[in-house]
Amino acid sequence: MFDSLISFAFLSQTLRISIPYALPAIGGTFSERGGVANIALEGILLIAAFATTVGTFWSNDPLIGICCGVGAGMVTAFLHGIISVTLKADQIVSGIAINLLAIGVTKFSCQLIFNSSSNSARIVGMEKWNFPSSIPLLENPFVAGTVVVLIIAHVVLFRTRFGLRLRSVGEHPAAAESLGINVSRVRHAGVLISGVLAGAGGAWLAIDQHSFTDGMSAGRGFIALAALIIGKWTPLGAAGACLLFGCAESISIQLQSSFHGLQFIQLIPYIITMFVLAGFIGRSIPPATIGIPYEKEKH
Amino acid sequence: MMFSINMQHISKRFGNLRANDGVNFSVQQGEIHALVGENGAGKSTLMNILYGIHQPDEGSILLNENLVKLETPARAISFGIGMVHQHFMLIPSLTVTENIILGNELTSMLGFINSSEAERTIEQLSDRYRLPVNPRARVESLSVGQQQRVELLKLLYRNAEILILDEPTPVLTPQEVEELFHTLNNFKSMGKTVILITHKLSEVMAISNSVTVMRRGKVVTRVDTVSTSQIELARLMVGHDVEFRTVKTSPPSSMPVLVVEGVSAQSDRHLPAVRNLSLSIAGGEILGIAAIEGNGQSELIQVITGLRKPTAGKVVIKGQEYLSSRHHPPVSHIPEDRGKQGLVLDFTISENLILGRHQEKNFSGLFRLFNEKVESNAKQLIQVYDIRPPTKHLRVRNLSGGNQQKVIIARELSKNAPVIVANHPTRGLDIWAIEFVHSSLLRERTNGKAILLVSSDLEELLKLSDRIAVMYEGEIVTIVEAKNTTERELGIYMTGAVKRGA
Ligand SMILES: Nc1ncnc2c1ncn2[C@@H]1O[C@H](COP(=O)(O)OP(=O)(O)O)[C@@H](O)[C@H]1O
Ligand SMILES: [Mg+2]
Repeated sequence: MFDSLISFAFLSQTLRISIPYALPAIGGTFSERGGVANIALEGILLIAAFATTVGTFWSNDPLIGICCGVGAGMVTAFLHGIISVTLKADQIVSGIAINLLAIGVTKFSCQLIFNSSSNSARIVGMEKWNFPSSIPLLENPFVAGTVVVLIIAHVVLFRTRFGLRLRSVGEHPAAAESLGINVSRVRHAGVLISGVLAGAGGAWLAIDQHSFTDGMSAGRGFIALAALIIGKWTPLGAAGACLLFGCAESISIQLQSSFHGLQFIQLIPYIITMFVLAGFIGRSIPPATIGIPYEKEKH
Repeated sequence: MMFSINMQHISKRFGNLRANDGVNFSVQQGEIHALVGENGAGKSTLMNILYGIHQPDEGSILLNENLVKLETPARAISFGIGMVHQHFMLIPSLTVTENIILGNELTSMLGFINSSEAERTIEQLSDRYRLPVNPRARVESLSVGQQQRVELLKLLYRNAEILILDEPTPVLTPQEVEELFHTLNNFKSMGKTVILITHKLSEVMAISNSVTVMRRGKVVTRVDTVSTSQIELARLMVGHDVEFRTVKTSPPSSMPVLVVEGVSAQSDRHLPAVRNLSLSIAGGEILGIAAIEGNGQSELIQVITGLRKPTAGKVVIKGQEYLSSRHHPPVSHIPEDRGKQGLVLDFTISENLILGRHQEKNFSGLFRLFNEKVESNAKQLIQVYDIRPPTKHLRVRNLSGGNQQKVIIARELSKNAPVIVANHPTRGLDIWAIEFVHSSLLRERTNGKAILLVSSDLEELLKLSDRIAVMYEGEIVTIVEAKNTTERELGIYMTGAVKRGA
């Protein structure tokens, strides 16, 4: 049994499971670094999964489907940005509203399009990449894509002008503004990035399962949120935490097949994960103004 | 380039309040101009308008005779205007370099920041203007004086020709003030224009070429510094003659009332903040504590007032030990932050006047407050402490800073506790409110209370204290008689450079 844990199949399963955690977690890092709490990740995943299904179903081309998913994620995130950055409403309330809206909208549209509020028709999946054949784990384009996104995200956040400005508007918007930075524009950009990446995560959910099912995000957006906090609001940390969750889930799948009927086994890896995290990671300090809309005239 | 500023008939309202009311303000190129006035006179508002943060409701701004519109700070920066705000605008978690270049980043293609180049530029600037600072350090690890250098470098990095400094000195030690003034004179000799906001008139006399005095949103006068005096400026600022009556009488009795023995405590971040500290204060004595922010004085106060558990040592008040006990120590506490620690801003005056005392048998039974008692308590204290307006049901948020402080003082002193702890009791108050606080403390001293006073205003410490303890990194470096020391001497001890006696 234990050699199955370190097998190739196990690794690729772990990566596959980690993707829909890691993409929204990396995206959420951008939103939150800019000072906008984004619990709407869950709703964005769901809406994007649905949009991907519809796009793929109609075009029969998963690439077009994925574009639809990413686009839908962006639009949903933009809505969150309008509500919480431009209109300065409470970011948590806006997030909850979007999550509820996502459940309703997808269910309703699923009924309209597929004649069932719980399941879509089956859609085509993605072909494996032949490139780069020397690294078999990367033959899944989403796995390769996530690795690339992760590296880019890290570099953008810590090495570029945009990253510096994003971090500054999350920590001290008045200071950023006093240096001529347009706070709400930068915050909007952070939220939009979270929409693009969470949208890609949702697209993967639909492509991986070859269909949309009602509520298929299943709390992944919230786990992504936890992961980015555990990862101390850094893309690498967030992705690391997601890998740990993915690994835990993978182990529990393996153990379940070995010990039938012992439901509590499903819990063990999560409990281990929690202890590991509590023991080794320590306190993480959030961006200083997270959750607080920026009011210009207040100093 | 010739820069001269001319702001004409500037008005700015916040709701019903006229923060600036038809203000004319002008500065010549290459001079150091002081802008003075009491708290709330409208100085910061005027400068925020010049820096593009606020838009004036009326009036116009001319730079070098040219009419300009300063809609944003970015626009003001492009005209060579730079401002160091009263509360520093630095991002603690970022490095010095990141803070300086923010908004003006040197980037390669694709937006990558060229940090080595930026660091080099910053090092050159800090050499040239003698503002030493490590460009790679995180701002949160810097002292206040160093942070101020970062703020100045921010302006220089943007080639500012007009530098506005909003009350830069209260947070500095006397040595740091001297250095700052040296730097400002340096700027002047290089042809830059400096606007210095302050309400310390001795500073105005020491460094400025000309002065504008503001009172209640209006400019009272603009004069050359050589043709005026501190007394005249004080009169103009306040609007009538100023006379200080506060005088100390009677030496302290010798009985120690408050004894702190070997106390150690940690900060919120679990770092050692107070190290094995002992002190004692007699009845009728004021012990001042001088220290630069963050040297354990706040934690010490929290231990004495029972708000923080020490890791070692004990606090004894009138012979009884109070340490991690469930009883609140009998201490009147005038806290550092009025709005956050001293008051519930959205409660009324009468409610605030019984905060923390609401469980006394006078004020409440098992299930209810005795409203009549609460009200009569308020009525009496409002009268005794002259709280204005004398409206019991007014929310404290609507009071001026001075009257908010009176509410706290009224509540705390009417407890009649043997020990009084006052932490920055006059911060942000105007001259009259300061006078009130000072005379209240001195009256309690006469009444035989043991008083611990923490203040960053060394003048205040010297005036009120019998002895002054200087704290550095959680320890008392020295204790001196107030009448035998000077601001300068205290400043030297505060930096931890020397130890004396102790
Ligand atoms: N953003 C703001 N909103 C509302 N009132 C303000 C604002 N800024 C300043 N004020 C008020 O305007 C008056 C002048 O303030 P300020 O310019 O900060 O005075 P000073 O700097 O001279 O102490 C004060 O009464 C203050 O409360
Ligand atoms: Mg001010």
